[in-house]
Amino acid sequence: MLKMKNVTKTFGNFKALDDLSLTVPRGAVYGLVGPNGAGKSTAIRHLTGVYRPDCGEITMDGQNVYENIPIKSRIGFIPDEIFYYPSASLEEMRKFYRGMYPKFDDVLFERLYEVFQLPKKGPIRRFSKGMQKQAAFHLSICCKPDVMILDEPVDGLDPVMRRQVWSLILSEVAKDETTVLISSHNLRELEDVCDHVGIMDHGKMLLERSLADMQGNTTKLQIVGRVPQQLEVLHESVSGRMKTVIIRGSAEEVAASVQTTNPTYFDVLPLSLEEIFIYELGGVNYEVKNIIL
Amino acid sequence: MIHLDYRDARPIYGQILDGIRDQIAAGILRQGDKLPSVRELAAELTINPNTIQRAYRELEGMGLIATVPGKGCFVCGQVDAGAQERQQLLSEFERITQLLLRSGVSKEDLAALILQGGNDDA
Repeated sequence: MLKMKNVTKTFGNFKALDDLSLTVPRGAVYGLVGPNGAGKSTAIRHLTGVYRPDCGEITMDGQNVYENIPIKSRIGFIPDEIFYYPSASLEEMRKFYRGMYPKFDDVLFERLYEVFQLPKKGPIRRFSKGMQKQAAFHLSICCKPDVMILDEPVDGLDPVMRRQVWSLILSEVAKDETTVLISSHNLRELEDVCDHVGIMDHGKMLLERSLADMQGNTTKLQIVGRVPQQLEVLHESVSGRMKTVIIRGSAEEVAASVQTTNPTYFDVLPLSLEEIFIYELGGVNYEVKNIIL
Repeated sequence: MIHLDYRDARPIYGQILDGIRDQIAAGILRQGDKLPSVRELAAELTINPNTIQRAYRELEGMGLIATVPGKGCFVCGQVDAGAQERQQLLSEFERITQLLLRSGVSKEDLAALILQGGNDDA
């Protein structure tokens, strides 16, 4: 549904995006992750038609996004720095969005006051940061977008609001196949809600997979003994006699392979998304370094 | 309805599957009961609907639930509670066997214990 193909973007002599391609299928909840400075926000600004690439294309449903009003009216976007007109109240922003988005749902807007409990009057800019984010969700959800693009939006919300927001969004995903792209650092949370993940680094896409694939195909093995040669080792660390090895392969394949070498001890463990992120990026020299200050 | 433990090593769809199966075995969910829709459960647990879809599909494959188009998913099968308990006991048995072997108990000693255990019943 959403596609970026070979997009390159340079600012001055800094290459922010380097031949980046990404695909978000319809109805997917896609987590865009990567170290700070990887280019996630830049990629997102391309997807929402804010930036134009130096080369490559950005499409939604096969059509170019840039300056495409009918397409953009189907996209809801919550950026990392949310903009509200200086003295605008929630009611005034409602009128603004209602004018812009043809499918704006006024009835839903009223009902969501119960959920978000935000003041109707008074400038949004005077709300706390967390409440400003809540306001963004309150407005965005009512635009009834086919695609929601979220740039680290849930990170500032309290635990109750967080659940509330996800509950609303996932309900839409299940009901209408709303497509969601979310950039976040909270991998533990993304693990529950995403079904696709794209890991970016230095303007490139390192790894893009369905979550089931990624988790099903990377295994952690703790072993006292020899690691079979045919296994593809991503990372290895040793502590005394115990080796901890990260292997590309399913838990079943790894277990079967390891049993043939008859090790003294072994255990096959699933990997969390956070661990997969750390090991994949460790391969490109982005890792926790043992520095004693 | 279903409790998810994020620290559990089992994947989430597995926890949902086991949760529903256990409830059927315990009689909390009975024949003809309607399961929450994928959408309701996704919103309640705040997890991806596909994860739930996957669990439901497997339960259907196991013959425990059935989908009625337009109406939802209903419990239709029964879980052999005896088989479930046996399965759990066997898993425990395997785990303890591993621990015993690692702590130095020989396989012969363990085999002897099993044979002896059989005789105690008589």
